Amino acid sequence: MPQSHIMPGFRPTLGFTLFYLALIVLIPLSALILKSLELSFDQYWAILTNQRVQASFRVSFVSALVAAGIAGILGFIIAWTLVRYPFPGKRFFDALIDLPFALPTAVAGIVLAAIYEPKGWIGQIVMDVIGVQIAYKPLGIVFALIFIGLPFVVRTIEPVLQEFDTAMEEAAASLGANRWQTFLKIIFPNILPAALTGFALAFARGVGEYGSVIFIAGNMPYVSEIVPLLIITKLEQYDYAGATAIGLTMLVISFFLLLLVNVLQGWLRRRGGQL
Amino acid sequence: MNTTAIHIPSAKPKALTDSDWVRHGFIGLTLLIIGLFLILPLATVLIEAFSKGWTAYAGSLTHPDTLAAIRLTLLTAAVTVPLTTFFGISAAWAIARFDFRGKNILITLIDLPFSVSPVIAGLIYVLMFGARGWFGPWLDDYDIKIVFAVPGIILATLFVTFPFVARELIPLMQEMGHEEEEAALSLGASGLRTFFKVTLPNIKWGLLYGVLLCNARAMGEFGAVSVVSGHIRGLTNTLPLHVEITYNEYDFVGSFASASLLAALAVVTLVVKSYLEWRQTLDRKVSGDA
Amino acid sequence: MSINLKNISKHFGSFTALDNINLDIPEGELVALLGPSGCGKTTLLRIIAGLEQADQGQVFLKGEEVTDKSVKNRKIGFVFQHYALFRHMTVFENIAFGLRVKSHSERPSEAIIRRKVHDLLKLVQLDWLSDRFPDQLSGGQRQRIALARALAVEPSVLLLDEPFGALDASVRKDLRLWLRHLHHELNVTSIFVTHDQEEAMEVASQIVVLNQGRIEQKGSPSDIYDNPSNDFVSRFIGQTNVFHLEKDDCAWLQSAGIIIDEPKGIIAHVRPHNIQIEKPAASANSPVYLKDWQHLGGTIRLELDRGASNGSNTIIYAEMPNEKFRELALERGDRVALRIKHAHWFN
Repeated sequence: MPQSHIMPGFRPTLGFTLFYLALIVLIPLSALILKSLELSFDQYWAILTNQRVQASFRVSFVSALVAAGIAGILGFIIAWTLVRYPFPGKRFFDALIDLPFALPTAVAGIVLAAIYEPKGWIGQIVMDVIGVQIAYKPLGIVFALIFIGLPFVVRTIEPVLQEFDTAMEEAAASLGANRWQTFLKIIFPNILPAALTGFALAFARGVGEYGSVIFIAGNMPYVSEIVPLLIITKLEQYDYAGATAIGLTMLVISFFLLLLVNVLQGWLRRRGGQL
Repeated sequence: MNTTAIHIPSAKPKALTDSDWVRHGFIGLTLLIIGLFLILPLATVLIEAFSKGWTAYAGSLTHPDTLAAIRLTLLTAAVTVPLTTFFGISAAWAIARFDFRGKNILITLIDLPFSVSPVIAGLIYVLMFGARGWFGPWLDDYDIKIVFAVPGIILATLFVTFPFVARELIPLMQEMGHEEEEAALSLGASGLRTFFKVTLPNIKWGLLYGVLLCNARAMGEFGAVSVVSGHIRGLTNTLPLHVEITYNEYDFVGSFASASLLAALAVVTLVVKSYLEWRQTLDRKVSGDA
Repeated sequence: MSINLKNISKHFGSFTALDNINLDIPEGELVALLGPSGCGKTTLLRIIAGLEQADQGQVFLKGEEVTDKSVKNRKIGFVFQHYALFRHMTVFENIAFGLRVKSHSERPSEAIIRRKVHDLLKLVQLDWLSDRFPDQLSGGQRQRIALARALAVEPSVLLLDEPFGALDASVRKDLRLWLRHLHHELNVTSIFVTHDQEEAMEVASQIVVLNQGRIEQKGSPSDIYDNPSNDFVSRFIGQTNVFHLEKDDCAWLQSAGIIIDEPKGIIAHVRPHNIQIEKPAASANSPVYLKDWQHLGGTIRLELDRGASNGSNTIIYAEMPNEKFRELALERGDRVALRIKHAHWFN
């Protein structure tokens, strides 16, 4: 875009943008970084290699990974159905997909706990039929994170499927491919970048998620304690050093996930932009 | 709307039709997932909230602590939404209307709060303003409370809602281009007048969309607020925090009654959101046809 | 007969896309389905391919009824308007696709696939592009790759939807002739859809003119140009001057000293090259004067004004070779005499 000479307001708007960005985001975030510099590397390392801390990272990452994977598959099924098949009430169901975005996480948390606890509607059925307890176990975390991650996947795959050039499918059929071959060789490779982006978004959100998880997790140290909860616990014990070290690690991981998502989205745009 | 309808095939081309069992299987699975993961939770809120009857529900909602939580939630939204909106417009104007170095970095930084765990959003303010934070002793000297008080809650909410308006407006204004504005300016309109008469009508649905989502998050934020609030009943409890406290005290009716208000907020948000999306595509179609 | 269509009809809601189409296409022809947009030509092509299902009627390919067969079992080659190349596959993989998806027993070995793809790439003169991706190709290259891909499965019929529609004018010219020559070489029965009458005339051996879901005329390009069977075809197939006899044109035509055959209808169509221009002996006798002219390359188009005042069309177009125009040495505003050599009459 060429620099516009008559357009007014560059200095005040950019000035306010930078000022507000610094005030609300950058200075507080640098406080975390500077605070962690007060720790020596050995102290930092000792905090991170603590058994309980490591266990919480394992719980957070494994459950976020599993949940994002399941949300990826379920999200694809939903996106495919919403784009491809007509059925009554479709617009209503489509609008409902964003519920996890709009529903406060605390509400999601207590509701999911109520549904999946051993005496809850689904929890009891699962308990009776296959003898598995969902709530207050790591499995409960996975369920909460599927709920949170689902719209990320649906909303990234949906537009790609909508804009998908169906002539490619027709071309495959005219060359003798059956539907399954067409899906595997033509459709799947073309929506893979979107699916991976949705997966990465769901995963990134899942790793840091707090509100919807803590009610259903059971929060047993070493078993079902997630990293964000551990940070809060450390804060409540006035262990600022511990909270800072763990928080900084999470922050760095978030940066890398953000970077990964950006790379994936770039790939997605390149795939979607041509032809 | 009906001008070109006759050229569009009513049914999907034959080659793309999947067999009935695939189609029905997918529709069935979709409805099952949506039912179990989305509709059931919404229904559960209401069922649990009314499990002890209407009086218990109304009683919980009119409890002074609940009312205080509602007031604080409204106050938080009333402060954060205008600030985030003003920031969003200002950032979108700078980014979509001018070229400068580091623009892409700025866009990434604006999006950053999205990828930071809400707990960390709370943590950073505790590290800044908490009793042992950077400004803690200084604030203490002047008897100013930020953390474990309302200002902390507002700051944390500002952080988590930070990108909401900007990220809606930036692509919208980039897509719009600046020819209309330049036309208005060349005709002698002032900058502000140009914004209100030319820019705003073009971006209004996108702006409302951003404001709507910002409001939903501001009223519903839990993790970040939880860290900085201190959970003082009647003073620093927002509605989501009130849900947690009552739940942890096994006051399930009270907890789900508060939750039902937030769920209603979510439903209203979804309805308005659908309406705004519909308006936006309508506007785009009209301008595309012209 | 290679392709037979019997009583094909297709509706989209209340819109009739095709209305009882009957068409026989002999082996080895290169047929153009020609018509304005919305006339149903693409729908007809897609029904032949099996990409769309007709509401009624039957489709026969090489004498075998394929009406209920799906596209993948019809052994047709289809070239899509925007090519529909698989964007995540290289040119090589695009062309090999049809061979790779064959069932295990029919699938050729990797070596044969390789040789076949390279033969096809040579045929379309693009063997140096085999490792490129579709978005690295120009429009004309994509078009030829799409054709090679369709030919890989050795189709009995080749169907092309607006094959030149998405190309630049200069590339389009070259590719038209190239396609015609390729067809001579391969001799596969081919149908292509176009809305451009010039393209149909230049490429096809047979033209089928469609309008509002019906076949208006079928024949060789010269047939259709020289003997249009109705008003629509005559107008659509090339420029023409239209005279309505009921609007007093008859009187004018006679007063202008134009010799025409006995009226055989109420509308006369006269192609520009069927109007002969002369310098009149006495210029005052001719109401027609030269308003303007344009160079069309080898010919000159003359814009003649006959000064009619009754609201009917007053501009007549005539065409003549450049040399003839130079001989006449006409200036703007000169009175001219015209003689109509041939007219088509419609009712």
